[in-house]
Amino acid sequence: MIDNWLPALYLLASAGFILAIKWMNSPATARRGVFAGEIGMLLAVVGTLLRQEVVDYQWIMIAFFVGSAIGVPLAYMMPMTAVPQRTAFSHACGALAAALIGTAEYYRHTPHGFIMCALVLETILGFLTCTASLMAFGKLQEILPTRPMTFKGQNIFNFILFGCTALTGLLLAISPEQFWLFPVLIVLSLLSGTLLILPIGGADMPTVIALLDSYAGLSAAAMGFALDNKLLIVAGALDGASGFILSVIMCRAMNRSFANVLFGAFGQIQTKGHTEQRNVRSASPEDAASILDSARSVIVIPGYGMAVAQAQHKLRELFDALTKRDIEVRFAIHPVAGRMPGHMNVLLAEADIPYDKLFEMDDINPDFPVTDVALVIGANDVVNPAARNDKNSPIAGMPILEADKARTVMVIKRSMNPGFAGIDNDLYYQENTLMLFGDAKAFVASIVKELGATVHSASA
Amino acid sequence: MKSYEFGLFVFMLSAFLGFELIRRVSPLLHTPLMSLTNAISAIAVVGAILITGSKDATLLSRSLGFVAVVASTINVVSGYLITDRMLKMFKKRDGRK
Repeated sequence: MIDNWLPALYLLASAGFILAIKWMNSPATARRGVFAGEIGMLLAVVGTLLRQEVVDYQWIMIAFFVGSAIGVPLAYMMPMTAVPQRTAFSHACGALAAALIGTAEYYRHTPHGFIMCALVLETILGFLTCTASLMAFGKLQEILPTRPMTFKGQNIFNFILFGCTALTGLLLAISPEQFWLFPVLIVLSLLSGTLLILPIGGADMPTVIALLDSYAGLSAAAMGFALDNKLLIVAGALDGASGFILSVIMCRAMNRSFANVLFGAFGQIQTKGHTEQRNVRSASPEDAASILDSARSVIVIPGYGMAVAQAQHKLRELFDALTKRDIEVRFAIHPVAGRMPGHMNVLLAEADIPYDKLFEMDDINPDFPVTDVALVIGANDVVNPAARNDKNSPIAGMPILEADKARTVMVIKRSMNPGFAGIDNDLYYQENTLMLFGDAKAFVASIVKELGATVHSASA
Repeated sequence: MKSYEFGLFVFMLSAFLGFELIRRVSPLLHTPLMSLTNAISAIAVVGAILITGSKDATLLSRSLGFVAVVASTINVVSGYLITDRMLKMFKKRDGRK
């Protein structure tokens, strides 16, 4: 009975997923999108549970319960700074599910031809993405060192490993009866995933997370082919496309290619020739407050350091204090600010900063020359003019926020240590730049306090 | 037309549709977008249910299926909930002050 209705349910579910992504195009409709996605998922799951092949519910229900018991706290307890970790963990779960289903299908039916090809692809991508995502999780959570881990001949070793994995997959696709090959394929895929992420540094995580998103989606799509289920193909293709586009955007924002991100081992300290002492001008919170007070327009450039210092709520207070004085405050968000695509926007939104004050790089760059103060908090490489001026710089050609063109630049920074790319920043030595040394949160707090004090003296 | 040919058409069209739709998503929402697509691809739960609940499931396939249902349920539940939690934070300037 339900089997007649099933195609209709799956069709509706696909429509729900497509609408969900369509409505994500604006914050006004995005929550409706989530709802559409939930309905789609509900229809698909209920429809599947009622299918004739499904006779044993006990384990399914226990699994639902266990999954929800882990999933609900995961969604509500995670601080917004940890969203990249959660996403990486979630990619690992999704990929693991796909890989295990592939394995189970193999031992149950041992299919041939096209279905076996899809199944092999599903298993490789699934296991590979699973360990790769766990490695990414470890690096983001800082259980593993965030610096790239390299060894001699790493790239050659990796290529041989990936080659072996692909070859084993090919052999299995040709002759599925070689049962001993399947465990070999599993081990090789797991190893490939681990080694793929080993040489990747913290600053490249946005690209890598997006790429793993794409892989997880593709393995779900491959599962759709293996199980002959169109709904899985649609959902997997959407996820694969989304991850792919996001990783392309991330690569472009760093002016690098996929190959360079995956095999370049970027982020190692570059030993640069000139280390001569250059002068910087530093300023106190009082100076900073009075400069901000007399400004008419301010652009804040937050980077990951801001989030590490948990300064976003203090930043909101600063935003309020300045806005109250009719100073125009805007935020310039570089695409790779944060640890995953769009991360910085979420962090600022959490601190109640209105999203119409958050601007993308291309929209705000023309405004820097007419801006009184550019306030850089915890960002480094994304405001380094060397990307534009110095052809030999490792970040040459990377699109940057042109903070250096503002009338006054203020940089809140703990010390003069270089950022992830390990290169010096000319911005700090400009004549119109003031360095504000200190912890981002404490420094912003003292600026806010100073601003509050001047209000009192003015009204008294 | 064979079933897999049909599947390939579906895949190609969905991928193009995905590209077009996602290009229109504002970078503002890229993080929620990723957790949403993550939840959507947890539709793998369908395959996991079929394996875990089937009549002829062996101990191996049932155990693998069980873990797969757990893993995808985690994604479905936490994916949708955290996406909504993030989206609730995106506000225009409102009556807060």
